[in-house]
Amino acid sequence: MSYMKEFTKGLLKENPNLVMLLGMCPTLAVTTMAQNGLGMGLATTFVLVCSNLVISLLKKVIPDTVRLPCYIVIIAGFVTFVSIMLDSFLPDLAEALGVFLSLITVNCIILGRAEMFASKNKVLPSVLDGLGMGLGFTMSLIVVGAIRELLGTGKIFGFQIAPDFVQPMTIFILPAGGFFTLGCVIAVLGVITKKKPRKISCDSCPSREVCKNTEKKECA
Amino acid sequence: MELARNLMVILFTGILTENFILNKFYGICPFLGVSKTTDGAVGMGIAVTLVMTGSSAVTYPIYHYVLEPLGIEYLKTVCFILIIAAFVQTVEMILKKYVPSLYKSLGVYLPLITTNCAVLGVTILNIDNEFGFVESIVNALAGGIGFLLVMVIFSGVRERISRCNVPKALEGTPITLIAASVTSLSFVGFSGIVDGIFGG
Repeated sequence: MSYMKEFTKGLLKENPNLVMLLGMCPTLAVTTMAQNGLGMGLATTFVLVCSNLVISLLKKVIPDTVRLPCYIVIIAGFVTFVSIMLDSFLPDLAEALGVFLSLITVNCIILGRAEMFASKNKVLPSVLDGLGMGLGFTMSLIVVGAIRELLGTGKIFGFQIAPDFVQPMTIFILPAGGFFTLGCVIAVLGVITKKKPRKISCDSCPSREVCKNTEKKECA
Repeated sequence: MELARNLMVILFTGILTENFILNKFYGICPFLGVSKTTDGAVGMGIAVTLVMTGSSAVTYPIYHYVLEPLGIEYLKTVCFILIIAAFVQTVEMILKKYVPSLYKSLGVYLPLITTNCAVLGVTILNIDNEFGFVESIVNALAGGIGFLLVMVIFSGVRERISRCNVPKALEGTPITLIAASVTSLSFVGFSGIVDGIFGG
C-alpha cells in the first residue's frame, strides 16, 4: 500500500512541476506543442527512474562530501544515453527539443529527487518515486503544451481542433504565452486543490545546506 | 571588420532579441527565486555572467582540443557539467581567499549556479552554433548581460507587485509568471532591431 503512495504522490499532490515548482525551464521552453511536451516528459522520466535506481543502489558507496558531483555524473550519463537514442530513432523530436535535451542534466527535479529521496530510501520505493514524479512532470508538460498548442495554432497533437474561422492567437506559442499559460495552470491547480502553491521550495534545492535562507523559505 | 560586425550582432542578439531568460527560458529558477530584491538580482546577475564567460572560455579548448581529436564528442554533457562544477568551486575558493569582500556579496549565489541551466546551456549552444573562441566568449557575455538586465528590470516589477492587491487565486507564483509574461512581451518589441542596425 505504501508503495502505491510513493508512486501516486508525484502525480498531483506533490507534482514536482506545478506544486513544488521545480524544472520550470523545460516546462516553458518545449511546450509549444503537446507532442514535444510528451517527448520531453518521457525522456525526463526515463532519466529520473534510472538515476533514482542507481543512486539508491550506490547510496552506501558514495562518500557524503562528494555526493552532488557523483549524482550529477550519473544523471549526465543517462542523459547522454537518452540523447544518443533520440538522435538515432526520433531525430525530429531531438531536433525540436534541441539544447533542452542535454539540459535534462541540470533539471532540478532529478537532482532534487536524488538528494531528497533516492539517497535515503530502498531501491523499489526510489524507482516508484521516480516513475510517479516523472509521470507527474509529463502530465503537466502535456497540459501546458496542449493549452498553448490549441490557443496558438488551433491544433492538439497536430490534429486540427478549432474551426477554420477561428483565428489562432499566435502569442500563445511565443515565450510570453508560455509564462502566461503556466501561471494560469498553477493558479487553477491551486484553486482546485484548495492549496496555495508553495513559494519556492528549498527542500529539494541542491544548495540548501550552503544557502543561509532556508528558514525564510526563499532564495537569496 | 567582418568579425567585429559579427560580434556586435551576437552581442545585441543575446542581450535584446534572444534574451536568455525571456526568450530562451534558461535560468528560470534563479529568475523566479532571486529577483525579489534589486540587490539579490544584481549579485546573481553578475555571478552568472562571470561563471558563464569563464566556463565558455574553459570548455571551448577542452571540446576542440581534447574531445574532438579523441572522437568522444558525445561525452560533452558529462564533461561540461564537471568543468562547470569545478570552475564554480575554484572561483569560490579564490574569492574567499583573496577578495573576501566580494565573496561576501557574491558567495551565496555561486553554489546555486552549478545547476543553473543557463551556464550548461550556453556552453552547449556555443558548440552547436559552431562558434569560434572569441564568438563563444562574446555569446556568453551577451547572455550574461541580458540575464543581469532582465533580473534587474524584473526585480523592479516584483517590488511593484508586492505592494499591489492581487486576486487570491493568483497570489505568489502565478502572478509572478504572468508579470514575467508581460515583461517578455515588451522584449518582443526589440525584434528586428539587430538586423535594422547592422543590416543583417
